[in-house]
Amino acid sequence: MTSAAGPPQGASSALAGGSEAVKRRAWGGIQLGLALAVVAGLLASCSPHASNVTTVRFWAMGREGEVVTALVPEFERAHPGVRVVVQQLPWTAAHEKLLTAFAGDSTPDIAQLGNTWIPEFVALGALSPLDARIAGSTVDPKDYFSGIWDTNVVGEHVYGVPWYVDTRLLFYRRDLLEAAGIRDVPASWTDWVKALAAIKARAAPDHYAILLPLNEVEPLLALALQQDDPLLRDGDRYGNFESQGFRRALAFYVDMFRRGFAPPMTASQMSNVWTEFGRGTFAFYISGPWNIGEFERRLPAELQNTWATAPLPGPSGPGASIAGGSSLVVFHESQVKDAAWQLVEYLSRPDIQLRFREMTGDLPPRRSAWRDPALANDVHARAFRDQLERVKPAPKVPEWERIADEMRNVAERAARGQWTVDEAVRELDVRTDRILEKRRWLLARASRD
Amino acid sequence: MIGVFFVLPVVAALAISLTDFDIYALADLSNLRVVGLRNYVELLERPLFWKALGNTFYFVAAGVPLSLGASLGAALLLNSKLARFQPFFRTALFAPVVTTVVAVAVIWRYLLGARYGFLNYALSSLGIAPIDWLGDPRFAMPAIILFAVWKNFGYNMIILLAGLQNIPNELYEAARIDGASAFARLRFVTLPMLAPMLSIVAILTIAGYFQLFAEPYVMTQGGPLQSTLSVLYLMYEEGFKYWNLGSASAVAFLLFLLIFAVTLLQTRAARGGFAR
Repeated sequence: MTSAAGPPQGASSALAGGSEAVKRRAWGGIQLGLALAVVAGLLASCSPHASNVTTVRFWAMGREGEVVTALVPEFERAHPGVRVVVQQLPWTAAHEKLLTAFAGDSTPDIAQLGNTWIPEFVALGALSPLDARIAGSTVDPKDYFSGIWDTNVVGEHVYGVPWYVDTRLLFYRRDLLEAAGIRDVPASWTDWVKALAAIKARAAPDHYAILLPLNEVEPLLALALQQDDPLLRDGDRYGNFESQGFRRALAFYVDMFRRGFAPPMTASQMSNVWTEFGRGTFAFYISGPWNIGEFERRLPAELQNTWATAPLPGPSGPGASIAGGSSLVVFHESQVKDAAWQLVEYLSRPDIQLRFREMTGDLPPRRSAWRDPALANDVHARAFRDQLERVKPAPKVPEWERIADEMRNVAERAARGQWTVDEAVRELDVRTDRILEKRRWLLARASRD
Repeated sequence: MIGVFFVLPVVAALAISLTDFDIYALADLSNLRVVGLRNYVELLERPLFWKALGNTFYFVAAGVPLSLGASLGAALLLNSKLARFQPFFRTALFAPVVTTVVAVAVIWRYLLGARYGFLNYALSSLGIAPIDWLGDPRFAMPAIILFAVWKNFGYNMIILLAGLQNIPNELYEAARIDGASAFARLRFVTLPMLAPMLSIVAILTIAGYFQLFAEPYVMTQGGPLQSTLSVLYLMYEEGFKYWNLGSASAVAFLLFLLIFAVTLLQTRAARGGFAR
């Protein structure tokens, strides 16, 4: 399935540069096979650059990898002698490609990294700490949303600079809420449950109040992060899922299925989430910023005034959500860290972030970028601006993705009524403690030494 | 050559399966612990492994007979003298084999859709209530089996068709003169003559079906409720998603032993069958 990324534009321009050399050699009387000539051409194209041009290898994923190439020329003009080669990775294969690159000592100079992956690559020793570089630069930590910035801090050092942010909040159908007699979008759990019950009460049997796809852990994770209890305890050595906080979050989540507010479905079972939202199959949907663009594009014009976004309700008043998104990191093995950092600085400029937002729809992580009228006046983005002041990172251990996967598994069982909340949290702690066994051993060994 | 391409990787996999190789060990080899058989013990204690094993056996037990039956049936039909447009049907029935699994999975997801899917539409005309094929833990595996059988039966069909065409016509003529019915000719001429080929096809199919991965990967991601999680899918998750190469190697080794044992049993049985 790992569809290879399209030909990187940087590499193709390198080929163009070497084509003269290819021609000369090909016409040079020596009967070389075509393959040999191409190889020779590639080698020839490398040699003149190596002397006076610094090449920065930049790995970026998915859509971001496609559009960032449009931002590169301006950077290259401002920094003569620096050339950026962008390599696109498909999201589905990015994690394993980065790990393989690390194992094979061929990491890039700079990369886009999902911010939940940062602890893992820090544990590998793959990333270069950025504290000293940030101190004297235009990257001002105070300008960033603090929850997002926090995802890049592991131990005492900063290992990444947020590139764009991602969090989860409520998408809702204003008309369906009004029809159920709800004038204000709920801000607390109590009001939320009232609204859900009112909508479900007047909905058709196969219509629901909310969609919480069972293949996504994020809605539950957001509810869990709203609690005061941390998800892991004792220096992230053990799971803390039997705490009151997580129990409350899981019980609230499971209740939405038990009371029929949410269908026990995965997203792939909904043949098309956007069409179903347009049909009114569900009135609330917990999702992320990319769906602003999707709903604007996919919903018919007459429905465009009916949907809106709102911050995630919390146990009492507006609650926290997940600090997601991608960061830019510089790799430890890089030989051109100065140039790589210049690129990070350039991509972090508020005006560049706004252009990036226009191209991708990704939301910028800096408050100063959000002061731009185009973004500040966007009705759908406004709720995200509000939510981003209340985002929290997931536990920063390399094992988190596995733990989150188990969290999703036990939550699905509980939501489908196979396990009680008590059974689910107990089992989740058992599985988490098993996953963290190696971490405990490493920490114990480190404290002995 | 055999040493480099077969023995060495197997020995290396066995060695890794006795360690707890993970991302910490990737960072620094001093973080590697030799754990002996602990990966295997933990695996055998994990309900998920047994679930994956059960799912895989379910898939093999139901899928292989269905697949072989479909292949044999299609081959017999194509070989029949009454069949018309043979080249067309041969190509049409073989087409799923050469299509990309990801592309056809998209189509099948529509066919199997709970609300607007064609399969449920067809069932509703028989008065059967709609089934949530890919979302209901009870029906996801049958849906995957249906998909896999449809995708793969053409390959065996071609092999069996070649076998059928090799059966000398004299045998059928002799049987007909002896007054054998069509069924008797199938039972006493076709099947015995086809037996060696059938057993080869069965061995290959079983070994292939034990390695179930692509279908659940593109259709269900192992869900719902891990009802389509196969042994190989578990290995993929352990190894490439979480980089726990130690336990992933242990899974791979257990699967290897399993397929090896089943194939051994089969060849024994087949040999016994021929001796008779």
